[in-house]
Amino acid sequence: MTAELHEELTDPHAEQLDHGGASSQPLKSRISEPQPRGAKIRGNRPVDQSEAANRFMAATEHEAMHDARLWDLRQKRDKEMHGIEEWEELRDLASGIKEHTLSKLDYYLELFEKNATANGIKVHWAKDGAEHNAIVLEILRSKGVELLIKSKSMLTEECGFREFMAHNNVEVIETDLGERIQQLDDEAPSHVVVPAVHKLRTDVASVFAKTIGSDPDNADARYLTECQREATRPLILSAQAGMTGGNFVVAETGTFVVCTNEGNADLSANTPPLHIASIGIEKLIPGLNELPVFIRLLSRSALGSPITQYTSHFRGPREGGEMHVVLVDNGRSERLGMEKFWPGLKCIRCGACMNTCPVFRRSGGLSYGATYAGPIGLIIDPTFNVHKYRNLPYSSTMNGSCTNVCPVKINIHEQIADWRKTLAGEGEISPVKKVMMKAAGEVLASPMVYRASLPLGRSALRHLPHFMLYNKLNTWGRKRDVPETPKQTFNEWYRKNRKSQVEGEKS
Amino acid sequence: MKVGLFIPCYVDMFHPETGIATLELLERFGMSVEYPVDQTCCGQPMTNTGCEREAAKTEELFVRNFEKYDYIVTPSGSCTNQVRNNMTAIDQTDAVKHVRSRTYELVEFLHDVLKVDAFPWAEFPHRVALHNNCNTLRNLRIASMTERREEPFSKPKALLKMVKGIEFTDLTRPDECCGFGGTFSVFEEGVSAKMGQDKVTDQLKSGAEYVTSSDSSCMMHQEGCARRMGANLKYIHIAQILNGARA
Repeated sequence: MTAELHEELTDPHAEQLDHGGASSQPLKSRISEPQPRGAKIRGNRPVDQSEAANRFMAATEHEAMHDARLWDLRQKRDKEMHGIEEWEELRDLASGIKEHTLSKLDYYLELFEKNATANGIKVHWAKDGAEHNAIVLEILRSKGVELLIKSKSMLTEECGFREFMAHNNVEVIETDLGERIQQLDDEAPSHVVVPAVHKLRTDVASVFAKTIGSDPDNADARYLTECQREATRPLILSAQAGMTGGNFVVAETGTFVVCTNEGNADLSANTPPLHIASIGIEKLIPGLNELPVFIRLLSRSALGSPITQYTSHFRGPREGGEMHVVLVDNGRSERLGMEKFWPGLKCIRCGACMNTCPVFRRSGGLSYGATYAGPIGLIIDPTFNVHKYRNLPYSSTMNGSCTNVCPVKINIHEQIADWRKTLAGEGEISPVKKVMMKAAGEVLASPMVYRASLPLGRSALRHLPHFMLYNKLNTWGRKRDVPETPKQTFNEWYRKNRKSQVEGEKS
Repeated sequence: MKVGLFIPCYVDMFHPETGIATLELLERFGMSVEYPVDQTCCGQPMTNTGCEREAAKTEELFVRNFEKYDYIVTPSGSCTNQVRNNMTAIDQTDAVKHVRSRTYELVEFLHDVLKVDAFPWAEFPHRVALHNNCNTLRNLRIASMTERREEPFSKPKALLKMVKGIEFTDLTRPDECCGFGGTFSVFEEGVSAKMGQDKVTDQLKSGAEYVTSSDSSCMMHQEGCARRMGANLKYIHIAQILNGARA
């Protein structure tokens, strides 16, 4: 096989953005369009993703930048994939290793605890977010910590960690640039790898102007980064504790691995004497031999770069310091027991499914109103709250591209279909959908009723059949022309023109 | 070989010419083709929405209509995928299993079963952009996908290459979903329409005069977007081109 298989990839019409694989520079913008905000959260009411997506798309400059930026990552990923002959084999391996580890998770967790403890790491167990937050707070209080620096972690987002710490008078500083932008804007990350990808540079300029006093009219990326560095570096240097997540937890060595491009995890872990790592229990892998499979897949899938700038192995506390690992369940054990949905636990949070998802690219990650956005979010979020996230599995065309790019081969689009079945089965389906489908099922089961429902010939009903319009919301015609109804259906044509065959069939 | 012709509901309603072309094309290859007149739908709208129970009676009707044929052929990969891979609301009797394993999308049937090597009557001297429906592409694997590392192939292109005068244009995002997505097009209208507009823009930029596909559903959505945008593009089912349509 040659390095570049698909002629489409060398298409001269294809636009390639000119910037480094790991950077997240938005496209040039001249006018300052206000940043669209995410889904409206109303307690436990089902999140309306399409409402937020419509607002995102109405901000045309944001939508165009977001779509182009993430599609660019998808293309870079494709190029990297074509450079690795054994790519599909690697995906099989990665999936198999994760499946194996998850099937013996109790064994590997205990093995890790034993080996990590021998390395001088203190291992803690948290059954949910609240327990996690309490454990971390206790560690911090025991050391009198008031200022904590941390690197990006989706798990701490699950746990509502920053909010909890704010209530307990611990100041938290995010060290990942994108995450810091989101923190200063009091907004959740919109993407697992590029958390501020939905923002234009002008949005960042406006956030920084309000929070760290930069020039509101200067949206130069270099200037903004420098301002942030100047404002944050002193805080980082004076922090008494650092926190990281963990991409991979190695059972046989009792160590864990953190992958970043900014080196910010190393900053968080190595600057202060106290390092706390919060890690989901699904991050286990058996040994170091398995690690390279994932390292080769992770950054290629995420950003289309061969490897993250930093792949740091944490083996134990430095002299005079302390290292803690908090292993968090937060619904994972329960998910592991779900016959159809356990494969979601194989996820290594690369975000490739988001980058390839045509719905995500046009909606923005915050439209999902949940910790996890995009295709992986559609299948994980309902495990946290089935009612609140019951609409999310419908925010997909089920085109299946997510499944194809997933480095650990999670059958994402099949699980989306399975969630729809599960939700409908549990009565967690919107009344409009339910009524419409019940009507459609009745009509389509009876040839006579079906034929009578069609929008025929020159009748006034030149639109979709009645069963598609049951909710009286003819959304089809809002931005699309409705197909014209021909003079006769195929069925009528056949009866007229192939009379003998029809009669033959009946006899 | 007795072939049962399944004409999906939206083809029956909006594109009878696609059904006629499919029938005539199969007959050109000597097939004995019957169209059971009491057919309705494959059950996909309900199944896609998660309402499997509501799909059961429609699936039963489908099997009753088609169980007597050696092959069931339809000008839709999306419906083929429903029958072959998702028709699970009913008991899996021998008749159901027969129908599910014997249902073919038209291009697959011509390419894999009949192994057609010429369409001497076909000529289409136009610039054409090919669109693959996502179910047809990723579930039936009618062509290779840009996001997978596999040898490139395309069954529809292989067939179209036998048509005199045809010229293909290249899309910048050949495998990107157009946003139809069945009931998605109604329930998530905003994103659906935006995806459709982007697809049409890509087709226009490629310099295509025509768009063709083995699925009318995507094209119905794309054509609706194109008309509203005032885009000068024509949509034609692959069955019509292969059957010798002259634009």
